[in-house]
Parts: sequence; structure tokens; C-alpha cells
Amino acid sequence: MHIVICIKQVPDSAQIRVHPVTNTIMRQGVPTIINPYDLFALEEALRLRGAHGGEVTVLTMGPPMAEDALRKALTYGADRAVLLTDRCFAGSDTLATSFALSRAIVRIGETFGAPDIVFAGKQTIDGDTAQVGPGIAKRLGLLQFTYVAKIAAIDLDAREITVKRRSEGGTQMLKSRLPCLITMLEGTNEIRRGSLDDALRAARSQIVKWSAAEAGIEDLTKCGLRGSPTVVKRVFAPTTRAEKATQIDMTDKTQHGVADELIAAIFTRQPALEHELAFDGGQ
Amino acid sequence: MLKAKREAPPAAGRGGIKKELPEHFKDYRHVWVFIELERGEVHPVSFELLGEGRKLADKLGIQLAGIVLGPPGDATQHAVAEAFAYGADLVYLVEAPLLADYRNEPFTKAMTDLVNAHKPEILLLGATTLGRDLAGSVATTLLTGLTADCTELDVDVDGSLAATRPTFGGSLLCTIYTLNYRPQMATVRPRVMAMPPRTDKPVGHVIRHKLSMTEEEIITKVLGFNLDRQSAKANLAYADIVVAGGLGLGSAENLQLVTNLARAIGAEYGCSRPLVQKGWMPADRQIGQTGKTIRPKLYIAAGISGAIQHRVGVEGADLIVAINTDPNAPIFDFAHLGIVTDAIRFLPALTEAFTRRLSPHSHDKLAS
Repeated sequence: MHIVICIKQVPDSAQIRVHPVTNTIMRQGVPTIINPYDLFALEEALRLRGAHGGEVTVLTMGPPMAEDALRKALTYGADRAVLLTDRCFAGSDTLATSFALSRAIVRIGETFGAPDIVFAGKQTIDGDTAQVGPGIAKRLGLLQFTYVAKIAAIDLDAREITVKRRSEGGTQMLKSRLPCLITMLEGTNEIRRGSLDDALRAARSQIVKWSAAEAGIEDLTKCGLRGSPTVVKRVFAPTTRAEKATQIDMTDKTQHGVADELIAAIFTRQPALEHELAFDGGQ
Repeated sequence: MLKAKREAPPAAGRGGIKKELPEHFKDYRHVWVFIELERGEVHPVSFELLGEGRKLADKLGIQLAGIVLGPPGDATQHAVAEAFAYGADLVYLVEAPLLADYRNEPFTKAMTDLVNAHKPEILLLGATTLGRDLAGSVATTLLTGLTADCTELDVDVDGSLAATRPTFGGSLLCTIYTLNYRPQMATVRPRVMAMPPRTDKPVGHVIRHKLSMTEEEIITKVLGFNLDRQSAKANLAYADIVVAGGLGLGSAENLQLVTNLARAIGAEYGCSRPLVQKGWMPADRQIGQTGKTIRPKLYIAAGISGAIQHRVGVEGADLIVAINTDPNAPIFDFAHLGIVTDAIRFLPALTEAFTRRLSPHSHDKLAS
């Protein structure tokens, strides 16, 4: 089977700092990583390849430096990496991004074989929208399964797939057909340690690089800023609360004494709580 | 909730662009709120959105509509009635057996058909597993803009929706417009907006719409549904009291101190992001920008430093109590009450003090 997995290179958000005066993101020196949610999808793709044979193609859209993320994906064992990179994609929102990626997936299908499954992460840690996966599915007319906790069964001959999907308050078991798009839930698996062979192969691999034209994208009005219905009009820092926390002094007091003092302070500020707790708490 | 600092410099890009809506979009009207009905229950985020939708509709001088998609029966009728009770002026209803369980295909079809027929100006959905699955498909089908996970919704002077959302893990906020496309779509996470008051109102104007789809046309079949275990079902986002632990607790075993306190005062418990990454707690207990947003009456944060991404998830709490060894921890910048001490030692004392204070039979309890 042929599996395409879409990944994104993101700044490691734990290390992002905002400039205190200009309110701009200080990108210098912030390391980039593969969006952590994508790794669950990548691992699932590699497991399916292990069980059913075939190939895993990793796809990303981004600046030339996104090649690093693709090479990293190759070290985990992906067979092939495609980088969609072109200045015309700059400023893409989710609609424009899903357009470009869906065209690239069509071109991947024409070049390397039609995919049976397209994977994506649940969401990214920088955009957090969770909308690009569904967007790609709709553009390609693929059946869509988001928040998948488990792929229960795949029957390649019958072209059938059964997935367990997270929903509010429970999980759905869904039976459907290939090809489809799946976004994997976090915590469903653990990314493997790539083998030494894979690491060596990744270092030598040629990354397939496509411009918009090479990916078969002719209608540039659907790309980048021009193809994005949403526009960021203003970026600003959240304001901080004026006053800091009222500290309860610990000097010369026991933990129990301070605990009593804290509870008194809580009930002074939220008098209704004491009444509610007396009836509901302590069970 | 984070308040905007308006004097901040405008972003680069097309920020200053003049918005002129094409003629064919000018008959788009109404603010729509998707009433999320799953397995017989309306998700509370739908009511929170009706509260926000009401404000937008009033500012624009247009009507607020609830969109109910569900199977024929009492649960769907109840959802219609509740939409009115929480402020809708009218309800668009698609009632069909195919809508009994959520599936992307029939729900996308029902929603896009409704939009094309009745042309809403604004369409709001909850950023739940269902809402996000549906919103992405609907926006792509309609080729319109969608702003995810908004924390503030407003109407600009020219009537456009100004949707503000956190970016870069909550370090910054950005305000996003959908230019030249309709409807303007946005999703909002549960508990980010306050719950509006409910008033008993008679069921008003209901506009019914047929679903032009048959079961044979839907490829995906539902084999079954497993309800979460009661323990996992605990609704952290909607709890009145929440106790959470962070890295300051030192070990997975010490999370017991958090759950003990939670049990003693009838609270829900959760944690900050690093604990989920370490595997100390499941992801559905994570509180913050990438986890749950909470708005409890009381929030006790033990050993949590208060990174921005945690902060945006808890700032709606009425009272925040922070326990941390580091007097300079950022959590003390937004907590109301602070104690600089080791949570590992303090939590048992607090649990005991609460138990003593709350129970008339405290001595029996302590002895047992």
C-alpha cells in the first residue's frame, strides 16, 4: 500500500519568547522540530507498512529549511520525502494550505502511485487549528476520519478500513472505504527509534523538491495570501493583570497553620463556596 | 480572559486592506450557531456560543439562529427548545434518521446545503472533536475562511467579524478577518466563553430543511459507540472546583496528593502539559491552551510554574490559588492567592484542614 503523511516543521514552542517591547516572536535561535502530533501519524504509517507492505511518502510544505524535518522523518524509516516549496505559498491560511497540499498529493499519486491512506497529525502546535487535514480530505474527495485512536482493521482486497475514533464522551467504531484521510490522536503510539540504516539512508537521500508549477499547481490565485480568505489584521500581546497574587506569609508558621489561613482567605473571597463544599465535598 | 492591548503595533501583511464585499455576498444575513447534538445531548459549548452569537447579532442588528441537525425524536426537539431558551430568534432544523450518529458525510452535506440555501453572515461552531471535524469540511466545501479556537469575537465598524485567537502557544493574540467570503466561520473551545443565562421561552420560528441524502450514499457506517468509563467521563472543563499538579510535584506517585485533595473537596483534578508529556497523567486531564480550558469557581495549582500556555486555559477561573516553591514563578502574576512553599508538604496539610473545616464529624473521619 502507498501511504502519504503530511507533516509540518514548527518552532519548538516551549522555547519561544516574545520581544517585550515590539511584541514580535523572537525566532532567532529557536530550534525547529517536527510537529509532535505528526509523529503519531508517522508511526502509525510505518506500522501499517510493516503489516501490509508498501511505501511511506512524507510530504511537507514550507521554506527550504523544512527539508530538515523531512530528513528527520526519513531517519524514522519513511521511504521518500517531498518538499513543496515556493514563494507563492507564503502567507497561506488553512484553506490555501489544504489546496496546495492536496495538489501535491495528486502529483505524488501520478508520480509514485495513488495513496491508499493520507495521514496528518491531529493539529499543529503553532497554528493549533486542526483544519488542514479535513481541508485536504474535502479537496481530494477522500473519506475523513479525525481523532483516530486506533486503526482496527484494513482489508486491502476489499478496500475496507475500520477505525476507532474519539468523540465527545466516547469512541465511535466506523467502517469505511479506502482511500481515506486519517488524523491520529496523540498518545496512540510511540515513535520508533530509527535504525542506523535508516539514518545513513536519510543522510544520502535525495529530497524531492517541487515548486508550485512542478507540483502541477496552475491557479496561483488559490495559493498563499491571495488564496487565503482569512487575514491577520492585528497581532498583540496579552495584557497582564495589574496586581500580583496576595501572598500568605509562611514565616514562623506550621504547614497546618498556613492551610487554615488559606482556607479562610478562600472563603472570604468566595463565601458561597463554603456552603457548597459543606454539602458536596468530603465524599 | 486575556484582554487586548490595543496600542500594540499592527501586524504586517494585508492588515490595512480595504474590505469591499462582492455584491453577491451582500444578501448574507443572520448569525448562526451550530447546536452540537451528539448521542441525545447538547454540548454546553453550543449555549456558550449562543451567548456570544446574541451579542454579535445585536451589534449587527440581525437575527440569531440555532442550527440543529439530528434524528427525529425527543432529543432533537429538546435541542430546538434549548436553542430558544439560550437566546436564538429562530432555528433551522434538519431532522433525518441518518443524522443519529455523527458522521462527516451527512453532517457536512446538511450544513453546506443549509448555508447555501439561507446564507448566514456568520457561522459559529464549538471547537470539539465533532465541531472541528465538521467545520474544516464545511469551510473547504464552501471555500470560505475559518478561524479556529477563538477567544474573543467582535464586530468591526464595517460589520465584519473580528475573531481573536491565541497564537504561538498563547504568547501572542491575533485578530483575524474573513475578507470577501461568506459566511465568516469561527470555532470556539468549550468554556472559553461564559455560559449565558437560560430563560424559559416558547419554541419560536423553526425552519425545516430536508436532507437530500440517503443511507446508500453514505460510505461510512457506524459499527458501535463505547461510552467512556465514568471515571474518564469526569467533566474537567465544567467543574466548579479544580485541583491541578505540575512538575513541582516531582514524581508520578505524588499526584496522589492532588487527587486526595480533589476527593476531599469534591473537585476535579488535572495537570499541566509537561506531566502529560512525561506520561504521568492522560492527555484528557491536561489544562491549558492545548488541553482543556476551565472556568471553575476555585482553581488550586500545585507545583505549576504558570507558563503562558497554561495561563490561557485557567484565566477564566473566579479564584486562583497557586502553591509553588519559586517566588518568581509566573503563576503568581495571575493567581489571586499565593503560597511560596513545597506543594508536596503543603497539599496533605491543606487536605486535612479542608476535611476538618467542612465535616461536622471531622474527628470520626480523621480517625478512620
